Amino acid sequence: MIDPIVTTWRRLSPRMLVIHPFQEVVRAAPALLGVLIAGTSSGGEGHLWGLAGVGLMVVVGMLRWFTTTYRITPEHVQVRRGLLTRKVVTVPRDRVRTVDVTSHVLHRVLGLARVEVGTGTSDRRHEGRLKLDALTTAEAARLRVELLHRAPASSAAAPTASTAPSPAAETELARMRPEWVRFGPFTMSGLVTVGVIGGFVSRLMSEGNVDISSVGPVQDAWRWFSAMSLPLEIATVVLVLVVFVSIASTLGYVLAFGNFRLTRHAGGTLHVTRGLLTTRATTIEERRVRGVEVDEPLLLRAVRGARLAAVTTGLRAAQGAQRGGSMLLPPAPRAEAVSVARLVLPRASTGVSPVTAELTAHGPAALRRRFTRAYGVHALVLAALLALWAWAGLPSWTWLTAAALLPLTALLAADRYRSLGHALTSGYLVTRWGSLVRRRVALECDGVIGWNIERSFFQRRAGLATLTATTAAGKQGYQVRDVALAEALRLAAASTPGLLDPFLVEAREPDTMPAAQ
Amino acid sequence: MDTPTLRPPRHRVSRTAIWYWTARAALGWLVVLAAQVVWLVADRDESALPVTTHVTALVVTAVLAVAHVMVMPQWRYRVHRWEATSAAVFTQSGWFKQEWRIAPVSRIQTVDSQRGPLERIFRLANVTVTTASAAGPIKVSGLDQDTARRLVAELTATAQATAGDAT
Repeated sequence: MIDPIVTTWRRLSPRMLVIHPFQEVVRAAPALLGVLIAGTSSGGEGHLWGLAGVGLMVVVGMLRWFTTTYRITPEHVQVRRGLLTRKVVTVPRDRVRTVDVTSHVLHRVLGLARVEVGTGTSDRRHEGRLKLDALTTAEAARLRVELLHRAPASSAAAPTASTAPSPAAETELARMRPEWVRFGPFTMSGLVTVGVIGGFVSRLMSEGNVDISSVGPVQDAWRWFSAMSLPLEIATVVLVLVVFVSIASTLGYVLAFGNFRLTRHAGGTLHVTRGLLTTRATTIEERRVRGVEVDEPLLLRAVRGARLAAVTTGLRAAQGAQRGGSMLLPPAPRAEAVSVARLVLPRASTGVSPVTAELTAHGPAALRRRFTRAYGVHALVLAALLALWAWAGLPSWTWLTAAALLPLTALLAADRYRSLGHALTSGYLVTRWGSLVRRRVALECDGVIGWNIERSFFQRRAGLATLTATTAAGKQGYQVRDVALAEALRLAAASTPGLLDPFLVEAREPDTMPAAQ
Repeated sequence: MDTPTLRPPRHRVSRTAIWYWTARAALGWLVVLAAQVVWLVADRDESALPVTTHVTALVVTAVLAVAHVMVMPQWRYRVHRWEATSAAVFTQSGWFKQEWRIAPVSRIQTVDSQRGPLERIFRLANVTVTTASAAGPIKVSGLDQDTARRLVAELTATAQATAGDAT
């Protein structure tokens, strides 16, 4: 049992006989509820149909356990599943880039963990992803070690000793500190939760015929609320929303990132563990890390916070604060993100860190473009609102508000320009952009596998270009926006020496493009 | 310091491509025109829209179609260019939004050649070069078949010669 290599086809943990049916029932819950309500309201046997549906889902869930088998050979990891359509997913073990171990609450109660194996390029099409849902926790941990810290199969003189994870071979790069919770309210992650709850309540009222206004405290609150003047009412609503969202965000932050730890293993992997209820452990092969991304959403930036993600081959780009498996640091002090980035980037340990390096600004043409674009969009919105007000009877406060927000647009445009910048330092191409979410990406020059240079009609008139460094990692391409064409070419030529040289010419006048002038 | 700029790639696509693009655009417009005529005929009794509106729309479409079919292929022929050296593939495309794409041959993962039915009539082919990045496929369309075949063979040979998984 110590050796995780199983060359015969094996089933997942039999405890999944409990979880699979439960998951199927939960997944089908909306439909089942619909059947129940429809059946009951038409005076029939709605509950019977509902029961039958639950029974069917339970059977389907149990079948999933019987039809899913896996095996791990010295060369491959294979999963076979499906009842009517048999499907075999095979992942060559030398293509394994990441291993993700997740335990939801129910999994944890039963001592199980789901293992997801990520491979390289085909990942973006979801084909290369292989899921083992679920193994026992111990088995999952062994499998992770085996898949990523693989000892060469030929020189396996003492395989048990080399594959066993020794605690000494692990160095901690970062860990959750209680004071980081102060960033929780600024993540705004609770906005979704509040929205979902609000939607649920309104659905319940309209469809379930629950009359919430008949509850005593609600009635009192409503009476008190309607007695106020309009500005006070708005202020109250905003205040209540802010409080709720803050609480939900903080709760979400604690649940998702509690017990966060980032460690480096001697075998050449980075290891992220986090979560209070649902635990998640991600292992990233360090030689697949092509760079880092520092994200600063506006609110988080205001309190000098930032989050850090890895730009990795084989891991999909991070989405939001916690969804992406490439997260290296939850919302935390910016200084912490900077120091962790320095530890993670192999080349940044000696030279200038690409996360703090001075960036080259993109010049007045880019600044003008930020303003024309921001005001262009604003003018369009304003015109649409005015038209609707004039012909469709939209209340006048809509376009008045839009007009009052004009100075804000200037601030946004200015900030968007301030964010724009690029640099080439210590072998990393650095680009930064965005205002509402300011992102700074440091991408290893070796990871750049091509260049796209785009110039729209307006960019040509302004002498600007958007340079995209294509890569197999992260978002697949990172842009340096609205940079002067000559500077873009200089940057690209310096990042990948020799590649552009045969195609470059020195021009005294930039008149090579027929439609440019 | 001088201002560096990119020179256009060396090769134009095949001249036949002009006719191919013309035919494709014309076919597309014919479908639109046919739909409008059908609508005109079907709408005659209902008179939901006056006939003049229909005819105006038809005329506008026809004028647009003629302009597009006359101008677009010539323009596209002038801006679409490609070049493949032993080290890199380089293309230029687009007229409103101009785009240059450069990929090192050592990072090429696949080289596909495709010929649609219309392209076959004009004895043309297009070549798509992909790298490990989803953002970087390079497409050269409107090559004549021999050139396409030669390009694919060349690129495949060089790409195979380089080691590693090109990520």
